[in-house]
Amino acid sequence: MPLTFEPNIKDPDGFYDELLAAHQGLSPEESEALNARLILVMANHIGDRDTLREALKAAK
Amino acid sequence: MTSLFDDELYPYRRSPDQDTVAQHPVVVVGAGPVGRTLALDLANRGTPVLVLDENSRVSHGSRAICFAKRTLEIADRLGFAEPLLAKGVEWSHGRVFHGDNEIYEFDLLPETGHRHPAFINLQQPYFEIYLVDAIRAAQAGGAPIEIRGHNRVTGMHNDGATLDIVTPDGTYHLTTDWLIACDGARSPMRDMMGLSFDGRVFEDNFLIADVKMAADFPTERWFWFDPPFKGAGASALLHKQPDDVWRLDFQLGWDIDREHELLEENVRARVDGMLGAGAEYELDWTSIYTFQCRRMQEFRHGRVIFAGDSAHQVSPFGARGANSGIQDADNLAWKLDYVIKGHAPEALIDTYSEERSLAADENILASTRSTDFLTPKSRASQTVRDAVLHLAESHAFARPMVNSGRLSTPCSYDGMSLIGPDRLPGLPRTRAGSPCLDAPLSEGFLLNRLGGDFKVLAINTDAPDVGLPTLTLSTAEHDPTGAVRDRYLGDAETAIYLIRPDQYIAARWQKASATDIRAALRIATGQEVRHAAHV
Repeated sequence: MPLTFEPNIKDPDGFYDELLAAHQGLSPEESEALNARLILVMANHIGDRDTLREALKAAK
Repeated sequence: MTSLFDDELYPYRRSPDQDTVAQHPVVVVGAGPVGRTLALDLANRGTPVLVLDENSRVSHGSRAICFAKRTLEIADRLGFAEPLLAKGVEWSHGRVFHGDNEIYEFDLLPETGHRHPAFINLQQPYFEIYLVDAIRAAQAGGAPIEIRGHNRVTGMHNDGATLDIVTPDGTYHLTTDWLIACDGARSPMRDMMGLSFDGRVFEDNFLIADVKMAADFPTERWFWFDPPFKGAGASALLHKQPDDVWRLDFQLGWDIDREHELLEENVRARVDGMLGAGAEYELDWTSIYTFQCRRMQEFRHGRVIFAGDSAHQVSPFGARGANSGIQDADNLAWKLDYVIKGHAPEALIDTYSEERSLAADENILASTRSTDFLTPKSRASQTVRDAVLHLAESHAFARPMVNSGRLSTPCSYDGMSLIGPDRLPGLPRTRAGSPCLDAPLSEGFLLNRLGGDFKVLAINTDAPDVGLPTLTLSTAEHDPTGAVRDRYLGDAETAIYLIRPDQYIAARWQKASATDIRAALRIATGQEVRHAAHV
């Protein structure tokens, strides 16, 4: 499954809010840990190694 | 364990060689587990072998304690599995904890129908003693094997053909066709040849405390990340050995004062933290180790061949040190024997380096990954590691990422020079290039019936006669549990396997002609390998 670079999230402003809300009140270290857990959860959902490799490349 | 170290297993005796310059076909330097296994295998095949060792006793301390199924299968072929199994502690279960929480549980051998367990724990000195007993028995039966204690090799000339050997009676010389360096990670032979040994150093210290106590913990490998005990460091391990000895291992970090940490009171403080104040135990052996992952570029240099820790070194997580060294010996013995007897060209020896380098790379990769998980090298790797441990407590998906050591399993030599055709659908575990899987037969186990020379295994068919010993099995008659069908036949009606002397699968077919098998045998004995140039 190729990685999607087209808009794919409904209500992008709403999602952005939720993402920031998850970090509300966290120290930088706690935010860092939350981000790491979030990446792992989402990476497992994607599963496909080629897609994940493409995502790593896109994020660099 | 003091008494074990006291016996001189092969005390110095003056040899007639010391008054002349004798010629030997094979000299093995170093009588550790690898050198002795190789010597026993060669001598059982009738090839004379001389082992030189600077010492005459077993190694000091428990050292390697986990011996894998593949090692037991090799020991079985060589005739010393019984005492290992009788004395060793069998285990296959492990638990991983993060702080107080159990996050992961594993079973290394969920499959039945193997003669040997996934692992036994046994102090290395016992392994060495049983191996010497087997060598003594082989000698009594006429096997041409000699071990000389207090014979230290101090020099080599003519590319390893001539050796200087120092004994209590002074120096003597001998010449050899083949020289096998099984002289450990700090290999003096490697240094004498000026060969490099490059890799990664890991900046961490681990404290081993082997304690003797009566305790009723289960026979499982318990591993803690961020242990909840006082003074246990960043990780800790608890594992049972024979004689009521328990291996405790604490990850101390890089900047430590070794002398200080090894003081008995300081070791005891950590052990008390884990076992609870007031626990009664004796300290059997303590040691602090650091480790490296590295290997030689080539394991063969002309007549000189490196095996075991002298050729490659890994972290202890995964029990891939001694176990891979024993597999080196298993791989090399039949090849040397074939070349010395003129059954195969010298190029067969090059395939030892080819196959065991692949295994070393696999072991180093697994070991490096475990180490990166155990001792994160950067803030980012620490953050990701901690995230995995955190998620593993409540989510199954993260548990396979938790890495406290991926335990030793034998490597498949896919696509290597000696591997012939694979003409049987499915069954990836018994593909050409893989080690044979054991299976119960109507009488005994499959691996015991394969023995130690080339063999044709024919299932539900007769094999064409190519002058090799053949084991013919019928699944209707000889396969009471269905394991032979599941592991060697799958959906096929018939199967023919060509098995190597080290019980690896050289080639396999649904149906094979005599020409097919002869061609695969030529490949498997190195007749088709072009001789590579060596320095």
